[in-house]
Amino acid sequence: MKHLQTGLMTVGLALSAATMATTATAKDLVVGMACDRTGPTQTVGVFLCPAYHDYVKLVNSKGGIMGNKVRVVEIDTEYKVPQSVEAYQRFKKEGAVVVALWGTPMTQAITPNLNTDHIPGTSPGFGTAAAANGEKYPYLFPMAASYWSQAGAAVTFAKAELGGDIKGKKIAYIFYDNPAGREPIPVLDKLAKMEGFELKKFAIPPPGVEMKIQVQDIVRRYRADFVLSHLFGKGPAVHIKEFKRMGYPLKKLLSFVWGAGEADINGAGGWAKAQGYNALNFAGVGSNYPVLDEIKALYKKEGKEGPKQMASTVYYNRGILAAAVHLKAMENAVKAKGSGDITGEDVQKGFLAIKDFKLGGILPPLNFTNLDHEGGGWARVFRVEGDNFVPVSEWIRGYRDVVIQMLKEDH
Amino acid sequence: MFHRESGYFKTTYQADMGLYPLPIARYAIVAIAALFFILLPAVLDGYYLSIINLVAIAIVGALGLNILVGFTGQISIGHAAFMSVGAYTAANLATKLDLPFWLTLPAGGAMAAFIGILVGIPSLRIKGLYLAIATLAAQFIIEWIINHTPTISGGVAASIEMPRPNFFGMELATQAELYYFLMVIAVIAIVGALNLIRSRIGRSFIAIRDQEIAAEIIGINVFKTKLIAFGISSFYAGVCGVMYTYYLGVANYENFQLITSIDYLAMVIIGGLGSVLGSIFGAIFITMLPIVIRLLMETFGSIFIDDAALAQVIAQFRLIIFGGLIILFLVVEPDGLAKLWQNIRNYFRFWPFSY
Repeated sequence: MKHLQTGLMTVGLALSAATMATTATAKDLVVGMACDRTGPTQTVGVFLCPAYHDYVKLVNSKGGIMGNKVRVVEIDTEYKVPQSVEAYQRFKKEGAVVVALWGTPMTQAITPNLNTDHIPGTSPGFGTAAAANGEKYPYLFPMAASYWSQAGAAVTFAKAELGGDIKGKKIAYIFYDNPAGREPIPVLDKLAKMEGFELKKFAIPPPGVEMKIQVQDIVRRYRADFVLSHLFGKGPAVHIKEFKRMGYPLKKLLSFVWGAGEADINGAGGWAKAQGYNALNFAGVGSNYPVLDEIKALYKKEGKEGPKQMASTVYYNRGILAAAVHLKAMENAVKAKGSGDITGEDVQKGFLAIKDFKLGGILPPLNFTNLDHEGGGWARVFRVEGDNFVPVSEWIRGYRDVVIQMLKEDH
Repeated sequence: MFHRESGYFKTTYQADMGLYPLPIARYAIVAIAALFFILLPAVLDGYYLSIINLVAIAIVGALGLNILVGFTGQISIGHAAFMSVGAYTAANLATKLDLPFWLTLPAGGAMAAFIGILVGIPSLRIKGLYLAIATLAAQFIIEWIINHTPTISGGVAASIEMPRPNFFGMELATQAELYYFLMVIAVIAIVGALNLIRSRIGRSFIAIRDQEIAAEIIGINVFKTKLIAFGISSFYAGVCGVMYTYYLGVANYENFQLITSIDYLAMVIIGGLGSVLGSIFGAIFITMLPIVIRLLMETFGSIFIDDAALAQVIAQFRLIIFGGLIILFLVVEPDGLAKLWQNIRNYFRFWPFSY
């Protein structure tokens, strides 16, 4: 019993110490970042989150945003809603002027708070497509191509690959059977009617890794001319394998953004096995960008190797995108205000002031407007050739008018 | 609480079964109420209140599961699905019919209870692990139905935006306002559970858990009682789902997947099966422990390494420590935190004359 008493006392002391130490220090610009390094989407988080820190470190090493240092409060949410709600409240308490959200259900749970608290939040590559409508959600910035925009870009690419004429062609859409997987369907249906192609949908039930039958169906029975895929987690690797096994040319397979990582290629059996596989991306892929060189130089100056997370050029660069856009919006806010004393409202205006932000080509030319919080809905197709992803299209935004129309109607 | 028990003699059965075992308990309750309803909201800021809010929601869900698993002995791993039934029922009623929360809350609970009773029907024939698998099936079936029925789920995104609870024209939106909203429901749920287990129904739950055949022999209708247990448990789950929905402002089935069911099962096992206090402890433990571990690691970790590197360490180590502590507590006291609490109390009962 003696042990118990001392134990309880230690816990009490430690707790009070913890609460005292977590109150904000100095006058830094605070960014809140919800991360998933341990949950179901950890394969992305372990690259994306360090990239964010690296970019902030780079900016801070140059003196921060006009003399104001940036401080990142990262919380690992394990892709769970309660943890994310707690994390958001913590960010708010720390005085965050912008928060990076993670995961569709969490984004939806926090969105109402963003509007009441006037703190801009970002959800690149997840959340609902309708959230790009800034008139309805003034404080939510998807800041990258939504699934609707990706659908538009995918059809544009398919059309170009099929020789410019998609009329009467058979397009298969293979997707994970959850809300995110189904989200592009209204756009695809509309485009099928508009362009006159035949669209057939193949749902993969959870957990989304068993798809032998569906792939067989697409290749042997339906004989698709082009396949669009929208899978998550281990799914993309499996579907590359299955299409390969059925002898389908991978050049005619285009994945949405969550099937675009190096891990998916490795999971499918390596680069040699995935030659020709296409994937959409909303940030540049590869390591030939000035900003990445600067980060490497920064590490070198400290006598360290470059960050090993850079090996995943896909997810690392997406982390750079998130950080770069956040800090750009904050920079705009500081400039407009003339001091580092900015609030979430200033940063929201800072987002809208971002015009043609490319960061040396790693980003598409991002432009935010009141209606378009996606920044333009740009996507670019990268193909597996040799041991690399090589771009096979420019930054495209297909059927933008259709997507904008959908945003206005909000289906 | 810690107080002397000598000198109080109970002379009637009513007194022995009373909600307050000793007169001093009344004052203790008043003190606790004052702490939670006056002091805490006055001194804590929104962040800490938001943690308590999450705990309050979890308490209701854990109580519901404990009624089924702890008191009646019927395993269920479909608890989160019943929450989603409550959540979507309330969300549809609130958005399509503009009903206020004092109607949507019981309606969500009632709908969940109805579905829960349906799921509970096989419990007459199948027991133990087999029942667990049957309820697991319910989890997936309910999830699938919600996911593929636009009239329930509100469209392809399967999420419905929920208005804030409206209390006599006042919109409850801030953490402090929602704190009162959730806390009142949690208190009703706790008092309801305490009274339930001292009632005839509650005793028949326990009889079934301890020995089903014996319970049947002494005249308990096992099938009916099991269904009541499923119904009440699911009602709690449904209410928990509605609380979630009002608190988050959105009903989304992705909040109520299998992993959530497992979380709640962990709460009642760690807290203590068959104990109201255990459900509360379990809910507090599972909800707050990751937060506390993180705060501690942030505080002491930042002395050694920089923030960016620390983030990676915290994320990984937090899971290890969390898992380790769960094992530790279960090894120290397999009957859960409620038993541990009782041990501490018993120690102080005789303190300082503990021999």
